[in-house]
Amino acid sequence: MKKIIITLLILASVSLVQAQVERGNVLIKGGTVLTVTKGTLENTDVLVRDGKISQIGKGIAAPSGFRVIDAAGMFVMPGIIDAHSHAGIDAINEATAPVTAEVFTGDAVNPFQVGLYRALAGGVTSIHAMHGSANAIGGECETLKLRYGVKDPEAMKMEGAPRTIKFALGENPTRVHGSGNGIVPRTRMGVEFVIREAFSQGKAYMEAWDAYNKAKVQKGFRGTPPAYNKRLETMADILRGNIIIHCHSYRADEIYMLLNVCKDFGIKRLVFQHVNEGFKVAPELAAYGAGASVFSDWWAYKFEVYYSTAYNAAILTKNGVTTSINSDDGELMRHLYHEAGKTQKYGQLTDDEALALITINPAKQLGIDSRVGSIEVGKEADIAIFKNHPLSVYTIPMITIVDGIVRFDREKDADDQRIYVDPKQTIDVTLHTSTGHDHESCMQGAVYETAKLFGFNLLEK
Amino acid sequence: MRTTYKKLSALLLFFTGLIFTLSAQSPKGKSGTFALTGATIETITKGVIQNGTVVISDGKITAVGTNVTIPQGATIIDCKGKFIYPGMIDGGSILGLSEVGSDPRTNDYNEVGDVVPQMKALTAVNPNAVAIPVTRVSGVTTTLVVPQGGLFSGTASLINLHGYTPDQMYAGFDAVVMNFPATGRRGFFDRRSDEDIKKANEKSLAKINEVWEKAVQYHKLDSANKGKVEYYPQLAALLPVVRGERTLLIDVNASKDIQAAIKWVQEKKVKKVIFSGVSEGWRVADEIAKAKIPVIAGPVQSLPTRDYDRYDRPYANPGLMRKAGVTVAIQAGDRNMNYRNLPYHAGFAAAYGMGREEALKAVTIVPAQIFGVADKLGSIEVGKSANLFICDGDPFETKTQVQHVFIEGWQMPMVSRQTELYDEFLQRSPGVKK
Repeated sequence: MKKIIITLLILASVSLVQAQVERGNVLIKGGTVLTVTKGTLENTDVLVRDGKISQIGKGIAAPSGFRVIDAAGMFVMPGIIDAHSHAGIDAINEATAPVTAEVFTGDAVNPFQVGLYRALAGGVTSIHAMHGSANAIGGECETLKLRYGVKDPEAMKMEGAPRTIKFALGENPTRVHGSGNGIVPRTRMGVEFVIREAFSQGKAYMEAWDAYNKAKVQKGFRGTPPAYNKRLETMADILRGNIIIHCHSYRADEIYMLLNVCKDFGIKRLVFQHVNEGFKVAPELAAYGAGASVFSDWWAYKFEVYYSTAYNAAILTKNGVTTSINSDDGELMRHLYHEAGKTQKYGQLTDDEALALITINPAKQLGIDSRVGSIEVGKEADIAIFKNHPLSVYTIPMITIVDGIVRFDREKDADDQRIYVDPKQTIDVTLHTSTGHDHESCMQGAVYETAKLFGFNLLEK
Repeated sequence: MRTTYKKLSALLLFFTGLIFTLSAQSPKGKSGTFALTGATIETITKGVIQNGTVVISDGKITAVGTNVTIPQGATIIDCKGKFIYPGMIDGGSILGLSEVGSDPRTNDYNEVGDVVPQMKALTAVNPNAVAIPVTRVSGVTTTLVVPQGGLFSGTASLINLHGYTPDQMYAGFDAVVMNFPATGRRGFFDRRSDEDIKKANEKSLAKINEVWEKAVQYHKLDSANKGKVEYYPQLAALLPVVRGERTLLIDVNASKDIQAAIKWVQEKKVKKVIFSGVSEGWRVADEIAKAKIPVIAGPVQSLPTRDYDRYDRPYANPGLMRKAGVTVAIQAGDRNMNYRNLPYHAGFAAAYGMGREEALKAVTIVPAQIFGVADKLGSIEVGKSANLFICDGDPFETKTQVQHVFIEGWQMPMVSRQTELYDEFLQRSPGVKK
């Protein structure tokens, strides 16, 4: 009886923790369906039942109670996935130590950011809300679904998405810790050491726990467990293959370094972020099976991106690397379809290759490709509907659907889409970045450094 | 037999030498007489010509049309199925003034001091900046290089993106740059209180007024003493602006600031003015139109300035202003050295209400007119400078390939460091194994 009560209590608490996902029914009629993985289907209907794609074909009749969207003349594609974002979270950089594997952006989810709606208005349905790049090993990241309108942070999380963690190489960790605080790493040598040291400590921790867990079930065992350490626990989980590494990187040498480190520690699940010089080590990345998530054309904002080329995505793709195009920026995030289109200028990728860069490929990199990233029966109904072909500069995203729920509708939505209004906000104060993007929101949280990067001196007024 | 062998080896040596020379040198621009035949020519000012020919000679466009005699000895470029457009003009960049964003040693756009209108961008333009070929191979042939920071940042200059000295690049327009005191925050990192922002704004406005009054006095003294006045470089730089001989380029964004800037310009009776940035221009478009002040709007691909604004306002901004009667040019306004994306900023403006025709003008003839160089740039017309490009489709469409670029009649090599890296690394040799 006691056992039953405990079980019931556990079940109750689990259901309390797991937020209810709202799922919808909808029929999208007569669009050009860009499935990405199974070709392009003209004048085709997509039926969504209970948040999942249940049928794709011609002349599907709408079951009663289903919302019907007339997509004639329009283009229906899988919802866009951004493998590198800092939206939807209120904390980005725990810039207090070179290794902070114990922190988790999922603890700082903010479902009220209007930027999430703006991303939906660009056809985006999932984002990888990442820790920043101040530390060689940053924190764990959260994969969000843009269910804008929900108020519970838990409901924004993509339930069951694999764990991921942010690593960072090169100028950012060396600047923050080496130049800023006078501790290792100040160089790319130091970055390698910091990562190897953390993995070695994680390995020792894992082995100590494995030994304890094995011993404690033996009859007559006497002894105490090793001290619990969240940082090392996370490192051990990477070694166990339970967490995908997403590593901020630019230069070819540092990318190659991490490939070697991961090889030595038997780590297989690895994606490089930014990876501006990935094109130089594309054969090595392909051979290792590592992914690459790149900007389409950003360069020159610091020295390690000086030798960049906008042909990066095309070179990586043609060398067999699973490649995605990401944003790391609020504006880029809402026109990723256009960023993907640039690979047709720089490297003449096909439509399907270009669209894969923002759908199925980032899904693979986040380990969610069995659920999203293409229009296939059985997949979750995360769908974007565009006025023209999404790779055309003249296109306009019209409707965005998450789990079968319409979350953005250009024709019907009001101008003001805030769901939380800051009572202290003075409306005359406006945000302007008139002469450039906020390159590298990666460094947000390491505010002073970032400000200096922009040429502002915050210590002076 | 022996002679044949000798001849052969000489020939071989010659070819080896030739190949070596070709690969060892960066390709250069070529000048001469060119005939671009069989193209669809979007002249911008005189309609679209099908199956037409453009003749370039001595740096100028010497013939345009369907019935054109091709001069003897002209290099003929067959443009069948292709399109010719005037070179795009970007209305605000730091091209040549910056090499690596985060490295101050490579940045020459922000001089010490709030009032430094005498600092000339043209002086600091590096004709060999890596970003210059990167930009021009995309069809952007001309840009306004603009000093940044402070209240009067310096003097901007219009340059063509080809030449070995700043003078070879100069395209005949200068403007004194003013950053109108902003009431808005500068970004997420700007943590000043509302009160501090207000105070800073008032202080800056007072400073600008003081400088302007001094410049007016200086003008009076200078006129009275027939040019014999004490050396005062800041005021000397403002003198042509006070006299209406030089343009004042005012960077201004928030609607309140735009209104204040209009009022300021009218009170001070500034004759030649351009507004730049103008991200909230749509809010006060009628007022800008009424004041007859042309704008260089952008970046178009940017976020709304306020949380409660409709998501697509920045994309719609140029079109909304145009509809209200404002003269609108478009700039890429991008510090990531991506001025090559100017056609995409224009494309977004076109899609979100401006229309393709107006957007095309906004990156060609309109900036040329605003800068007073429409006699030389901005359209495909006889007598104009041969700044143009040939491409295989709509220049705003993302996948369109730009195939030839001419700047002042010079045929540009279609390479940049970014294309060179592509050529080297698409199929790297050695691959994984050496």
